[in-house]
Amino acid sequence: MSYGPHTPADRERMLSAIGVASVDELFADIPAGLRASRLNLPDAEPELSLATRLEAMAGRNRTDLASFLGAGVYRHYSPALVDQLLLRGEWYTAYTPYQPEVSQGTLQSIYEYQSLMAELTGLDVVSASHYDGGAATAEAALMACRATRRERVLVSRAVHPQYREVLRTYFAGLQLDEIPLVAQGPAAGTTDLVALERLLAEADRPVAGVVIAQPDFFGLLEPMAEAGRLAHAAGALLVAVVEPVSLAVLAPPGAYGADIAAGEGQPLGIPPQYGGPYLGLIACTTALIRQIPGRLVGQTRDLDGQRAFVMTLQAREQHIRREKAASNICTNQALLALAASIWLAALGPHGLRDVAATGAARATELEGALAAVGAPRVHAGAYLNEFAVRVPNARAVHRRLLDRGVLAGLALADALPDEPALSDALLVCATELTTPEQITRFATELASATGGAA
Amino acid sequence: MVPADLRYTKEHEWVRQDGDIATVGITQFAADELGDVVFVELPAVGATLQQHGTFGVVESVKAVSDLFAPVAGEVVEINGDLVAAPELVNIDPYGRGWMLRVRLSDPGQPAALLDAAAYESVTHG
Amino acid sequence: MSVVGPRLQPTIFEQSRPGRGVARVAHPPKDALARIPADQLRSAPPGLPELSEPDLVRHYVNLSQLNYAVDAGFYPLGSCTMKWNPKINEWAARLPGFAGLHPMAPDETAQGTLQLLWELEQWLAEISGMRAVTLQPAAGAHGELAGILMVRAYHLARGDADRTEVLVPDSAHGTNPATAAMAGYTTVNIPSRPDGAVDIDAFRAALGPRTAAIMITNPSTLGLFESRIGDLIEAVHAAGALAYMDGANLNAILGRFKPGEAGFDVMHINTHKTFSTPHGGGGPGAGPVGVGERLVPFLPSPRVLREPDGTFRLERTGERPTSIGRLRTFVGSTGVLVRAYAYLCSHGAAGLAEVSDDAVLAANYLKHRLAESGAYDIPFARHCMHEFIASAATLRRATGVRTLDVAKRLLDKGFHAPTVYFPLTVEEGMLIEPTETESIETLDAFADALIEIAREAHDHPELVTEAPHGAPVRRLDEAGAARQPDLRARPTAPIDTPCPD
Repeated sequence: MSYGPHTPADRERMLSAIGVASVDELFADIPAGLRASRLNLPDAEPELSLATRLEAMAGRNRTDLASFLGAGVYRHYSPALVDQLLLRGEWYTAYTPYQPEVSQGTLQSIYEYQSLMAELTGLDVVSASHYDGGAATAEAALMACRATRRERVLVSRAVHPQYREVLRTYFAGLQLDEIPLVAQGPAAGTTDLVALERLLAEADRPVAGVVIAQPDFFGLLEPMAEAGRLAHAAGALLVAVVEPVSLAVLAPPGAYGADIAAGEGQPLGIPPQYGGPYLGLIACTTALIRQIPGRLVGQTRDLDGQRAFVMTLQAREQHIRREKAASNICTNQALLALAASIWLAALGPHGLRDVAATGAARATELEGALAAVGAPRVHAGAYLNEFAVRVPNARAVHRRLLDRGVLAGLALADALPDEPALSDALLVCATELTTPEQITRFATELASATGGAA
Repeated sequence: MVPADLRYTKEHEWVRQDGDIATVGITQFAADELGDVVFVELPAVGATLQQHGTFGVVESVKAVSDLFAPVAGEVVEINGDLVAAPELVNIDPYGRGWMLRVRLSDPGQPAALLDAAAYESVTHG
Repeated sequence: MSVVGPRLQPTIFEQSRPGRGVARVAHPPKDALARIPADQLRSAPPGLPELSEPDLVRHYVNLSQLNYAVDAGFYPLGSCTMKWNPKINEWAARLPGFAGLHPMAPDETAQGTLQLLWELEQWLAEISGMRAVTLQPAAGAHGELAGILMVRAYHLARGDADRTEVLVPDSAHGTNPATAAMAGYTTVNIPSRPDGAVDIDAFRAALGPRTAAIMITNPSTLGLFESRIGDLIEAVHAAGALAYMDGANLNAILGRFKPGEAGFDVMHINTHKTFSTPHGGGGPGAGPVGVGERLVPFLPSPRVLREPDGTFRLERTGERPTSIGRLRTFVGSTGVLVRAYAYLCSHGAAGLAEVSDDAVLAANYLKHRLAESGAYDIPFARHCMHEFIASAATLRRATGVRTLDVAKRLLDKGFHAPTVYFPLTVEEGMLIEPTETESIETLDAFADALIEIAREAHDHPELVTEAPHGAPVRRLDEAGAARQPDLRARPTAPIDTPCPD
């Protein structure tokens, strides 16, 4: 089917006005030798049969499992009002607010998003959003290079392995070194600060930025303040990779001296939807305002003195500065930023704390239940709502539990093949959506799959 | 009319010489072409400028332009007022909108630049 | 309330009243955070707003009504392809099986989505004439980065490290030169011909042993098909370089021109333009990239693979060492891609060809209406593709009214403005793209409005230069916004009420 409105008579009227006999004449600029071969594609599908088929396809995804999988993507409760507002066409069928006089809705919503994120991160400058957490982290690292005019970035091995892959892609022409993990003891699984200090001190290899995640990939809390002191002493910036829901209860980057915060905004009520569209967060101190990539919205006045909002500091961006732009980014993730804002406003400060703290409480229960069936934590350090547990033959057990309706988190052997110490471990998480029944079921099935005590 | 006592470049910078010190800014023509100036990025005091090299950037709402050093030398002072009031470049480009002062490596350099009449013909050409 | 005209809203922080929030989830036990060291905890809660549900919903409803949108009217924003966004797309993306799927879910639990992604790749490869497609890039500019990083990897894999330049026309989208710079290349800007069109001869002359690639938009950013593109691509390949096509204007050529068949090595596709995924107030987009045979080994990872038994899986990290790697955390903006897939299936081969035919027909009709009126300059008389350039240069000389003023006055007449001052190579240009989903009545009404504005420019120029008059706000102080940036609100009420748990 077509969504076009033209009747045959309309087409005739247009053709005769233009003065051509057929549409083909309008394509005369395409030389004969370059004309396309026939489109070898299926026929149009009527809406009903398409809907039926899409429903069946979606139904073949297993989203009915009791899931303990987080690893950077977290499901949270989304109040009913959020999606109803997002379905308003005035939001989702508008484009970039190029004409601010008829785009004040989008512009004010982005300004409010920037304000909400500034509150969460404790940093005053927030970009209107980036593609996702991995790309935002890469852009933050590049930003550190521009700000310090240095070309080497250190990234902790406790940063999500896929973020590190993205960093490697973006850093094709620059230098990227990894900071190892503490191997043993109470700090095991966190960034090795002794190694960090050594890397920072390497002669003739000045460091632009140090990238550390809080919580880290294993769910552990990192010594961010100390890492920041070490970075700053070496003239480098601290880039904190954050999970925004955790900032309801954890110290914000602005409080521990981070210069830039980057992260994944998906947990702010955005569905997992197999990887995107998500919401890349970048925030920074006012000192770095000229280095932040992407759109910014600012408050101003109109000719009558009414308050209004407008895209600002655009001369940093690609459409004006072209090859000298801070980044090639053109869009932002405006609709996702709006979704996150509505979600945050619907929860409010106490609701957000309830979400974060309930996840922590459920995680405590999960830790106890798994330990009781012979799957103790791998690390000793403090965590918020995600942690690794030791399970012999973790990969096979993970597979077996799947058949029993439990998605037992992530087999770390799959995500981190280069960390042999973690080959027998599962990374599991809990949120406010995790029920006590699901926890019991996980423990019971795990016991039966491993032969552990139930 | 451009001030007769200054020297100019085709890139629309002006130079006012006082012994071995040269004050540098952009012309009214350049400021008008850019529109409302919102930001001026200048080098640090102590930086060395090569003649014709870029020394900074001037931004308006919808445009950005490199600044080219009309003369070589060491930056001895920058106009700190432009941080809070970049609009001075539009309002008073030859006065309070000056950008930096340079200790000339070759005090003969400014004399070799365009005089006011030659610059006028550039902007009207 | 829209019935009495749109109205500005206080910020959500200004509407906050401590204690007014709604409990959405049960309070956790008091000791939920007791196991976390005090120095890792936040000392004060973030200053988020507290609103009742009615106030919150009204805030966002009233704000939304300050926006112009495709759902509300004609949006002829050249180069952005603001076509109708079919509603079944939104429904499909929200199906729980699609929306609820975790991106690290085991392949066997993700077969529905993996099949959809794999099929979508086949559709896009057929449409673009390319050998293979990656769906990973999150937007057109992200696709450009993927493409140019693949170009770089290709040359390096051949031991050809001396290619340091990317040639770009000065009429290109700003993302092209910015992308080349981000991938470590020097951009060589190729000036346009005096009439603003791409100078194919200048391109040929600039090619050499240092050229890594050319980046070119076809149809061009003027809405014209480059008839000599075949010769240029031949010359590019003869010089050992690759040809990148910016696919922003794909909506003009579905079923008429397949860039891969014409010799392009790599192109990106903006699903939010050609394939109707909504623009979302500035995003999300999605920027799939098609490549010819030579670049297949370098595609970003992970790819979606079909096994001999008909099941699907994601490529594992490190499985294909020639890959440029990951460009984002997960496989793609799947939620956007579900919408694009629904759009493609609902059109089929014939429907897609009709899309381009109607888009080109509508643009030529509108161009004819304006040319006939004499109200504006039409710099290129020949038939256009899906968009065309008009110019207010003559009008400005006669009346002082600029293109920007015409754009603002259009808002008063109930239309969104075209893209203005892009490409910069045309004086007082406006790039008008009607798309295939607007009726002849809408096209006529828009042409009438533009013609009337030209008349106003002669009779009452201040009516135009001071427009808009009927929008929620008048023209803004953009210089003030940039000089003293105010990028965030501060909470007006302190969060002093402890959580009641």
